[in-house]
Amino acid sequence: MSKLRGFEKPTGFHDMPPELARKKRILEERVRNQFERWGYEEVLTPTLEFYDTVGKASAILKEKMFKCMDQQGNTLILRPDQTAPIARMVASVLKKKPLPLRLSYHSNVFRAQENEAGRHAEFYQSGVELIGLPNTEADAEVIALAIEALQACYLESFQLAIGHVTLLDGFIRERIKDDSAVLRLKEYLGQRNMVGFHQELDLLGVSERTKKELAILLRISPGKEQLLHIRKLTHSPQVQQAIEQLEEIWNHLDGYGVTSSIVFDFSLIGQIHYYTGMYFEGYSTNLGFPLLSGGRYDQLLSCFDRPLPATGFALDINRVMEASPFTGDSPKRFIIGYKPLYHRQAIKKAISLRKEGNVVILHRLDDAFSYKEWVTEQDRVILLTGEGEERYDVNDCDAERKNL
Amino acid sequence: MLTIAMPKGRIFEEALCLLRQAGLAIPEEFAEHSRKLTLTLPEAGLSFFLAKPMDVPTYVEYGVADIGIVGKDVLLEEERDVYELLDLQISPCRLSVAGKPDWKPPLYPRVATKYPQVATRYFKEQGQQVEVIHLNGSIELAPIVGLADRIVDIVSTGRTLKENGLVELEVIATVTSRLIANRGSYRMKTQMITFLCEQLTSVIQEGVSV
Repeated sequence: MSKLRGFEKPTGFHDMPPELARKKRILEERVRNQFERWGYEEVLTPTLEFYDTVGKASAILKEKMFKCMDQQGNTLILRPDQTAPIARMVASVLKKKPLPLRLSYHSNVFRAQENEAGRHAEFYQSGVELIGLPNTEADAEVIALAIEALQACYLESFQLAIGHVTLLDGFIRERIKDDSAVLRLKEYLGQRNMVGFHQELDLLGVSERTKKELAILLRISPGKEQLLHIRKLTHSPQVQQAIEQLEEIWNHLDGYGVTSSIVFDFSLIGQIHYYTGMYFEGYSTNLGFPLLSGGRYDQLLSCFDRPLPATGFALDINRVMEASPFTGDSPKRFIIGYKPLYHRQAIKKAISLRKEGNVVILHRLDDAFSYKEWVTEQDRVILLTGEGEERYDVNDCDAERKNL
Repeated sequence: MLTIAMPKGRIFEEALCLLRQAGLAIPEEFAEHSRKLTLTLPEAGLSFFLAKPMDVPTYVEYGVADIGIVGKDVLLEEERDVYELLDLQISPCRLSVAGKPDWKPPLYPRVATKYPQVATRYFKEQGQQVEVIHLNGSIELAPIVGLADRIVDIVSTGRTLKENGLVELEVIATVTSRLIANRGSYRMKTQMITFLCEQLTSVIQEGVSV
């Protein structure tokens, strides 16, 4: 380990210089607006939680949590996600509130062991949780809201892939009886290892027909026809029920007019043992990483002794910032350059311009730094030099210099 | 446009041959030793680049390449979040533990390897605590000069081991080359990737039946 230099930060943590901070603030604000319009109220939870409560309930692996200890020797974690703390809140602080609950959040979450550029140890999530509703309308609502949130971030070319964990489970179990083999197959899909999945099928010695049926299940396909294909291949009540749910979700989404950016992909399972129904991920053309993920998680709330159905999603704001074409241009500013004698006049001018909603920077003209170093094309320059107030566009800088 | 990351070295020629058989019109001048590291075929909507095999999954995970060809050994070592779509069944070999023929467990076992993750994981599963030493090449040298008592490395014919007086002690995994895809590309370019997969699958199956 070499000696730390002054500029170093822990691996996976990042600074946001003004342009990035502005872009984040603006995109987050646009997403927040959408959440608010759909009736989702913002909540805040602590940065630190107990491992034994929130940590154990979280979908994130224990190895990926930052841990420390309190004075009583309890293990604390930096929140690895926002869903588990909100579940804790729903089971305690919000216990008396009538259902359903529509909650939203915008906060940073932490993941340890991400030792590489591009993988963040701290990143920002904006998301919603819809708690108390078991129906497909609730699932469609969060998916439609996810699409609106992406659009609010100026993303145009994106796609949402929807899977369903009990559909996948039922379809495989209908063909393969061995529990441990089913789990291994699902683990391979979770790791996106299609080769491993097929090799396992070969090892199990399943029929060509079964292989073909599984291939049909796992192909990515846009549109409702995929559901019809699968319906023809199954007698399992579990699968049939899942298909009905997805048909309903599809119809609701058709009502929202958003089906064109949706495909079905039944290889998706999210974190194994966490999601209980539909699961979805969002991608955009210009980024290799998913922008959002979410789904139904009807088991989580029972970890806090308040069993309730729930569904939601989280937007990865850092990824969205990377994918969004929005540049976060700096706002139009007024720069008031004044000679020391006219400081009070300059302040007065600044107050009135700020009242009108303008950005105003006061600049003493005999400072060591010239405003010409940082003034931009869109800025307006006002000079108070004693010859009365004068106003210039920045393009006239040279003309101005002669006046001084 | 589909961008493909190709591995330099062992797998390159075979992989190129397979892609040509699958119907991609890749010109002859795209060769491993040419100085050109990239090749674009605008009509075919394809672009290629050459990378170190160990780096191929990284390029694909980050999405600068949509798909890539790489050995399973690298995937096991790098554990990148990519889709492993197809076993191309080329460049077969094994990831093995090797040592001198009279190897006996020493007091402080040391294993030299280019695959520290694979080695650490494997010996942990075997219930052995070993010290893993990361080397960048000529791994066979380690037992000869006494740096380590065993090595973990790729074995194909076993000739290199034999020439250095070593024997294969245990096989960790069998290795072939794989087609991998970026998570985003797999969705946003589904049709192109699925089509290529189908073409490759039929080439592979023909190859097997011959």
